[in-house]
Order: sequence, then C-alpha cells, then structure tokens
Amino acid sequence: MAVDRRASPKGLGSRLIAVSAASFMALFVVLPLTLIFQQAFADGVSRYLAAIADPETLDAIWLTLLIAAIAVPLNTLFGVAAAWCIAKFSFPGKNILVTILDLPLSVSPVIAGMVFVLLFGAQGWFGPALAAHNLKIIFAFPGLVLATLFVTLPYVARQLIPLMLQIGRDEEEAAIVLGAGGLRTFLRVTLPNIKWGLIYGVLLCNARAMGEFGAVAVVSGHITGVTVTMPLQVEIFYNDYHTVAAFAVASLLSLLGLLTLLLRRWLEVEGRGAVGAGMKGLPT
Amino acid sequence: MTVSANEGSSFRFGRRDALPGFSPTLGLTLFYLALLVLLPLSALVVSASGMRWHQALAYLATPRVISAFRVSFGISLAAALINGVAGLLVAWALVRYEFPGRRILDGIVDLPFALPTAVAGISLATLYGDTGWIGGLFAPFGIEIAYTRLGIFVALLFVGLPYVIRTVQPVLAELEVEAQEAALTLGATSRQIFRRVLWPPLVPALLTGIAMAFARGVGEYGSMIFIAGNRPGLSEIVPLLIVVKLEEFDYAGASVLAVAMLFASALILLAINLLQSWERRRHGG
Repeated sequence: MAVDRRASPKGLGSRLIAVSAASFMALFVVLPLTLIFQQAFADGVSRYLAAIADPETLDAIWLTLLIAAIAVPLNTLFGVAAAWCIAKFSFPGKNILVTILDLPLSVSPVIAGMVFVLLFGAQGWFGPALAAHNLKIIFAFPGLVLATLFVTLPYVARQLIPLMLQIGRDEEEAAIVLGAGGLRTFLRVTLPNIKWGLIYGVLLCNARAMGEFGAVAVVSGHITGVTVTMPLQVEIFYNDYHTVAAFAVASLLSLLGLLTLLLRRWLEVEGRGAVGAGMKGLPT
Repeated sequence: MTVSANEGSSFRFGRRDALPGFSPTLGLTLFYLALLVLLPLSALVVSASGMRWHQALAYLATPRVISAFRVSFGISLAAALINGVAGLLVAWALVRYEFPGRRILDGIVDLPFALPTAVAGISLATLYGDTGWIGGLFAPFGIEIAYTRLGIFVALLFVGLPYVIRTVQPVLAELEVEAQEAALTLGATSRQIFRRVLWPPLVPALLTGIAMAFARGVGEYGSMIFIAGNRPGLSEIVPLLIVVKLEEFDYAGASVLAVAMLFASALILLAINLLQSWERRRHGG
C-alpha cells in the first residue's frame, strides 16, 4: 500500500463493522490467550514456578529443545539447497518437485506421524529388522525427530523460493564471471539478499518444531522423561487434572508463539519486504 | 505455491550453466524428499492396499466411520464458511479503518498460527466448558459447547480464521478507492458498489482462504481432542479415529481412513479451485 487511506470509521455501518470485527477477534483470539496465563498463575507465582521446575517439565523442555536443535538445522540446510535449485535453475519436473515439497503441509499431522509407524513400528515394513538389531525408532527419540522433520520440512524452502525467484540470478552470474567461487558467491552475494527471509523461515520452522503435537503424539508412546515433549506434557498434565501445571507449560509455548510473532514484526520492518515477499504468515 | 515464472536459465541436458551448484543441490533435494516424504507416504498407500476394494468400501461404510467423516468434513466446512464471513469483516476493518488497537489486532491475527495446537486445545476447552468464562454464560440455558460438536466448531473457527483474513487482506488493500469513488459519483448506491466493484475481485481470494481453512480443519487434531469430547459416532473426528485404529494395531484400517481422508480433501479442494477459475473467467480477470 503506497498511501494509507485508513480513516476512522464514520457512520453506523462502518462503526458496526469495526466493532464486530474487534469483538470477534477478542472473543476467539484474545480471550483464549489471556486465559492461558490466568490459569497458569491461578494459584500464585510460586505454584507456577514449581510446575516449571517439576522434573517431568524440565525433561520435556530439554527433549523439545534437543529435537528442534536437530530438525531445524537439517531442514534449513535442505531448504536452502531446495530453494537454490528450484529458484535459480529451470528443469523439467520442477512443479512436481514443488508439489511434493508442499505435501507435508497439506497432510494431517496424524498422518504425518502414522507413516513412520507404518515404516518403523513393530508391525511396520522395517519393524522386524529393527527389532532384530535391538533398535527402536517408534516410541523413541528417532521417531520424534523423524515426525518433526516431516512436518517442518517445507517452512524454510517455502520462505526462500518466492524471495529468490524475485531477486533473480543476475548478481550471482556477475560474481561468477568476475571469478568468485560458488561458495563465496553464495556467502557474499546470495546470503545477504535472502538473510531476512531465511531468518524468518528458520523462526517458523522452529516454532512448528517445538509446538508440534499430532505427528509427535502418534510416534511418542508418552513415555515420561523419555519421549514426552512440551506439547505432550501439556496433554498429560491436563488429562491428570494438574490444570495449573498444564497451563504453566502451555504458557511457555505461548510465549514462544508470541515471540515468533514479535520477531516477525521486527523482521518486516528490518527486511523491508524481504519477509513479505515470501509466503506471508505461517503456512499451516 | 506455483513456480510459474521461468526465471532460471532454460534447461538442456549436459549444458554447462554459468551458476554452479545445480547438481548437488538438486541431488540433495531429491534424496531428502524421497527419504522423508515419498517413502513414508508410499508406505501409507501400500498399507492401505492391504485391503481389497470391496473390503475397504465396507470398512468405510461402517456407522462409526461414516459419522466421523460427517463430523470432520461437515463441521470443517461450516466453520470455514463462517470464517469466510468473519474473516472478510475483520480484514475489511483492518484495511479500511483506523481505530484504537488496530495495529495490535493486526499483529494478533496470526496468533492461531503461532500457538501450538495443544495449547489452543486446552485453553478453548477450559474457556467453553461448563464453568469457563464463556461456557459458563451458556450453561444456564442448557447449551453445552465444550465436549460437543459445537466445541469442535468453535475450535475450528479459532484455527481457520487467519487463513481467510491473510488471503483477503492484501487484495482488499490493493482495491482502488478511486473506483469506488467514481462509482459513487456516477450515482451508484453503496449496495451496487459492493456488488459490482468490490465483490468480484474479492471472491477468488475469499474462496482460497475458505479452502485453506477447510483443508486445515479436516486434518486438525491437537486442538480437537481436548474440546471434542471424542464420543464415537457423535463427536469423533477422522484424525482421532485414525489414532484409535493405530493403537489397536489395525494398520490397514487406519491407512484406508487416511487415504480416504486425503482423497476427499483433494476432491473438495479441486471443486473450490474450479469454482475459483470459473469466477475469474466470468469476470474476465
């Protein structure tokens, strides 16, 4: 938008639209968020802190951080590679590749977890072979990583592809012609151009990796201290009627979400459209 | 996402490109996708084909399965349509008006995207439960929201809202105010302006947003299981039924359900796409 044409709502109809829009948002978005923190602190700060310091919670936090520390860098590396070949080159079958790349976003999280059970579960394709070598993937750490890798796979690539398409390849070609190597061209020419989009993609990827529930729930088996991530710990506390503890963990995840939104605002200002050029908002 | 613009160099096998890195990056991409996406998803198809056609159809025709599909698809569609109306309203207010708190409102639109689904689930279940802030207002009238189909509907409203707002908002922002002013000076009523000037370009974006909200709603699991009540035949959704079947080690059944769900979603999305291109053609856009 070049010119801001917003005016304060005049007339009954306009006011009605503004008021009903604001109240709809308040009812369906602001209120649930407020409730999380109200419930978390319902029994005071000390109970809140005790819930966070609970060994089960700490295990869950550690596990969630560990999974994200593996899944996010891998999918970032993949995202950059995929964006490079898709945005800078043309080749037959490119649209099919992009469709496959998008698949994890259009599949239910439950199905995302389930496919790994079919492959590596006790009765899955590789189940007997894994059992023979005493390896566990489902109901164990590797399964959680695989499910997380699957659901967060497209985020970085989807952010970078539109951005790199828009930038084109002239600058890189110039650098190569002037004698820079491939890696140097990428680091000195490409990376500065896509920096903000890349950071944003990583942020989204991380938020989803830490917050994923459905896919992880299917492969987890809910073994306390071993395969319970933060969102699963929320579920366990909630189903055991430890409401304060459930909302305390939930409040941490909400803070992560709010931080992601805040950083995005900052990136939009800092990157001046570099973020907007990508897919706006969090895809699924 | 469509990569229609042919920005890269034209492809010829064996030709050396000025830019390096095509083969290794493409190789890595193909390898990664094959391992993490294609292999797992093909396991799903193979597992589902463990059932013969008539077996699979009989399986899908059981009352519990039919009810789950009705609940999942019916309520997702209803919520997506209501989100279409509410999302248009919110996008309109955000684009056209300046009012206190507008920027905060704009920032908070994406919250349902950013909030982990389990967190949204327990929050909405508490909020709309009998003793919750909102559920408590309806309970005296005998209206239960959480743990009923109404609860599923409410949670899907929350989950789907940003899709409509974020697809409609940029289109609305680009609409020329001049066109409306011109229509106004030419004597058009505000109703005519809406129908003839504003509505046509908005429809494709609105349909896209509704389709996205719908697709997301059908697959949604995290926020659902806390508020749905999960009673088989009443408030059980397809993703939950899949989990139940997996826990019973009925892999073939779970796979048939998953494939049927993907197939049904694809059909509906195709229908919406057709509707959209028909709209575009009709208005010559």
